[in-house]
Amino acid sequence: MSNTNVETFYDDYVIRRFTVMAVVWGVVGMLMGVIIAAQLAFPELNLGLPWTSFGRLRPLHTNAVIFAFGGCALFATSYYVVQRTSQTKLAFPLLARYTFWGYQAVIVAAAITLPLGYTQAKEYAELEWPIDLLLLVVWVMYAIVFFGTIAQRKIKHIYVANWFYGAFIIVVALLHIVNSAAIPAEWMKSYSAYAGVQDAMVQWWYGHNAVGFFLTAGFLGMMYYFVPKQAERPVYSYRLSIVHFWGLIFTYMWAGSHHLHYTALPDWTQSVGMVLSLILLAPSWGGMINGMMTMSGAWHKLRDDPILRFMIVSLSFYGMSTFEGPMMAIKTVNALSHYTDWTVGHVHSGALGWVGFISMGSLYFLTPRLWGLKQMYSKKAIELHFWLATIGVVLYITAMWISGVTAGLMWRAINDDGTLTYTFVESVKAMHPFYVIRMIGGLMYVTGMIIMLWNVLKTVQMGQATRARIPSTVVHA
Amino acid sequence: MDITDLRSIATVAALVTFVGIWVWAWSGRHKKDFDEAARLPLEGDE
Repeated sequence: MSNTNVETFYDDYVIRRFTVMAVVWGVVGMLMGVIIAAQLAFPELNLGLPWTSFGRLRPLHTNAVIFAFGGCALFATSYYVVQRTSQTKLAFPLLARYTFWGYQAVIVAAAITLPLGYTQAKEYAELEWPIDLLLLVVWVMYAIVFFGTIAQRKIKHIYVANWFYGAFIIVVALLHIVNSAAIPAEWMKSYSAYAGVQDAMVQWWYGHNAVGFFLTAGFLGMMYYFVPKQAERPVYSYRLSIVHFWGLIFTYMWAGSHHLHYTALPDWTQSVGMVLSLILLAPSWGGMINGMMTMSGAWHKLRDDPILRFMIVSLSFYGMSTFEGPMMAIKTVNALSHYTDWTVGHVHSGALGWVGFISMGSLYFLTPRLWGLKQMYSKKAIELHFWLATIGVVLYITAMWISGVTAGLMWRAINDDGTLTYTFVESVKAMHPFYVIRMIGGLMYVTGMIIMLWNVLKTVQMGQATRARIPSTVVHA
Repeated sequence: MDITDLRSIATVAALVTFVGIWVWAWSGRHKKDFDEAARLPLEGDE
C-alpha cells in the first residue's frame, strides 16, 4: 500500500533483540531454578562453596526469571503492541536501543554480584545501589520511549493493552524508587532508608505490587493484545477490560500487608490487606473471563493451535492463582500456609502457569512475524513444549501443595500436654519426596524452554529481519 | 480536621471514582466507540 507519510515502517530492531534475549534468559533463570530445587532435595549440591550456596543462587533465580526473562518479554511485547495499536513507529529509536543495552547490563551485573554475596537483603529487590541507579536510568528511558510513542499515535483511542503496559511502567518506577531508597555506606554496600516494621511494610508493599504490576499488569497488556490476535477476534467485552483495569489499579496497592500476617505490623493494617486481597478476586476473575470468552465461537482453534493453547492455559492459571491468593490472604488460612511450601506452590502457579505461558504464547506469535515468516520453524516443537510445560507445572504445584499443607499441619500439631507432636526435622523429612517431584517438574519446564530456544533460533536462521509497513492511516472516532 | 479525616475522604473519593468509571463504561453511549477500539489489534498490520 502506498503512503505519503514519512513514517512508513514500524521500528522492530530492538524488539527482535529483546525477544531472543527473553528466551535466552528464560532458559538461564529456569535452569537456575532447577539447580536450587535440586539443592533443596540434595543439600550436597551446595558444594560447600559460598558462591554456589542456595542463599546466593536463589535470588539469582528469582531475578533471572522475573526481571530478565519476564522483563525482556515485557519490553519486546510492549514496544510491539504500542506501535501496532497506535499505528506509528517507536518514538526515540536511539533511546529504545539504549533501553536494550542498559537492561542487559543490569541483568549481567545481577548475575555477577548476587553469587558474590552483594545484596540489599530485600526479596525481589536484592540488587545493590549502583545497579539500582542504573536500572532507574533505563526505566526512565523506557517510560520516555513508551509514552512518547503513545503521544505521537495516529489512532485517537489508546487501546486497553497500552493502559496495562503504561500502569506497569509507572508503578514499577514508583515501587523501585521507594523500596530501594537506601543510604550508601560504601561501594556495593548500603542500608535501607527505613527501619523496623516500616521497612517490612515498605518491602511488602513493594513485593506485592511487583506481583500486581510487574507480573500481572504488564502481562495483562500482553493478554489483551496477543489473545485477540491469535484467536483472530476482538476481546470479548471492551467495557469489562476497562473495569478490569481500574479495579486492579484501585485495589492492588493496599494488599501487600497480607505478607505480614501475625507479625509486629498493626492488626488493622493486616486486616486491611486481607480485605483488599479478597476484593481483588473480582477484577482478576473479570479479566480472566474476558480473556477466556474472547475464544467463544473459536474454541475449535485450540485443537490444532498450540500457541492459542499456551494462552488459554495461562488464563486458567491466572484464574487459579488469583483465587488461591485471596484465599491465602485470609488470616486463618495464612496461619496454616505461611512459611510453608504452599506459598512457593502458589507463586509458581502464577509465575510458571500464568506469566510463563502467556509470555511463551506471545513470543511464539511474535518471533516469525519479526523475521518475515508466517509461522515458527517447528509446530511440533511448540506442541512438545506445551505438554512438557503443562505437566511440569502441574507436578510442581501439586508437590508444593502437599508438602506445604503437610508441613503446616505438622508444625501446629500439639499433644494433650501442650508439647509439639513433631520436631522440625520430622517435617523436613516429610517434605523431602515432594522436593524431588518439584525438581522433576521444574526439569520438564526448563526442557520445554530449551526446545523453545532451539525453535526460536531456527526460525531466526530461516527468516530475515524485515521491515513491517504501517497501514495507511484509517481515521477513527 | 485531622489526617484521619483526610484519609477517610480520600478512601471514599476513590470508591466513588471507581463506581463512576464503572457506570461510565457500562452506559450504552460508548458501545460503538468500544467496539471500534476492540478491533484495534486486528487492524495494526497489513
